[in-house]
Amino acid sequence: MDVKKNNIWLIVSGLVIGALAVLLVAFGNPANMGFCIACFIRDTAGSLGLHRAAAVQYVRPEIIGVVIGASAVALFRREFVPRGGSAPMTRFVLGFFVMIGCLMFLGCPLRMVLRLGGGDLNALVGLAGFIVGIGGGVFFLNRGYSLKRTYSLPKLEGALLPLATVALLLLLVAAPALLLFTEAGGGPGAAHAPLLLALAAGLLVGGLAQRVRLCMVGGIRDLILFREYKLLLAFAAVLVAALVGALLTGSFKLGFIEQPVAHNDGLWNFLGMLLVGLGAVLLGGCPLRQLVLAGEGQADSAVTVLGLLVGAAFAHNFALASSAAGPTVNGKIAVIIGFVVMVLIAVLNSRGEKSAA
Amino acid sequence: MIDARGVSCPEPLLMLKKAMAGKEAEYIELVDSRVAVENITRFAGHQGYAVSCTEIDDYYQLTISKK
Repeated sequence: MDVKKNNIWLIVSGLVIGALAVLLVAFGNPANMGFCIACFIRDTAGSLGLHRAAAVQYVRPEIIGVVIGASAVALFRREFVPRGGSAPMTRFVLGFFVMIGCLMFLGCPLRMVLRLGGGDLNALVGLAGFIVGIGGGVFFLNRGYSLKRTYSLPKLEGALLPLATVALLLLLVAAPALLLFTEAGGGPGAAHAPLLLALAAGLLVGGLAQRVRLCMVGGIRDLILFREYKLLLAFAAVLVAALVGALLTGSFKLGFIEQPVAHNDGLWNFLGMLLVGLGAVLLGGCPLRQLVLAGEGQADSAVTVLGLLVGAAFAHNFALASSAAGPTVNGKIAVIIGFVVMVLIAVLNSRGEKSAA
Repeated sequence: MIDARGVSCPEPLLMLKKAMAGKEAEYIELVDSRVAVENITRFAGHQGYAVSCTEIDDYYQLTISKK
């Protein structure tokens, strides 16, 4: 595919994803949270009873849609190639702490951009931390950091996580009594777009993200590493669509205080996203990219998604997640532990080459 | 020859970038994902190299030569 055509695909995909996020908010999702991979995995964990925070319990069809949409497009394009075996347990741990960072900040990198589009300047502080974290990850990449090779696996191995999301969808539709749901007015978990709309939006986002290899961490990483800006086009397009959408729907509110589902503790917004940026580079992709890769049959990304899920459960079982009131002491300790663990993982998986940058 | 089969993004490109510091006229790199093929083709193009791709069994052999 030639460069210009690829760029156009990236921009269009970013615009569509940003616009869908605005649409989902208009139809019931929490403000500035049309799409948030971290928040939605967290809500799903709650609905399954993996944590008991009553305010954030709902099986988000968007997550299911992203995985299945990515699987469908990958199958169609003959890119469903099950692989795995590149440090799965390490990836689980990285996924776990990426979620801890996301829930310190209250959003994945995608929601960070959506928050920014909505005028939430705390997201700008988060973005600064995110960039520093990515810079840290690049430092280790240049020193030879690698989680080593993957290997071809049987089709079933790659299909299990996508099949599990199908099972989750069946559970949501056919047996909701088995799941936990936030009561109306009881928190962000109660705010959601209609199931079919959310599922359709997820399918579209998953398909597009697979097609253009969308990654919210890849743009800044590749700019630093290779002076390659193509993924940033999508990043910018999401921002533009979210900004225009917020202005059109009248939800745009510039400032730091009283932003929806956010807090304004600058230091910990910065550090939370720093942890996410570092972890996502060590993983080779942001939470959205991990979902898409899991949909493509990458077993290591499937394990990473499970790490995100368990991280979300821990975050609410041990009061690590922030709320609109701000971060918790436990959360701050968990983020610091996350840094120690990630740096250890990075150092122990680096060959100690001299920096080539 | 750079064998980047099985390593994940962005390592295949990083391996080529490091090798390119040697400014050779031609490099051969093996990769097994289409993402790596796309990224390498694009990056090499910026560096003044042309890339040709041959599919062998379950991987790709990229010939990256100075334009």
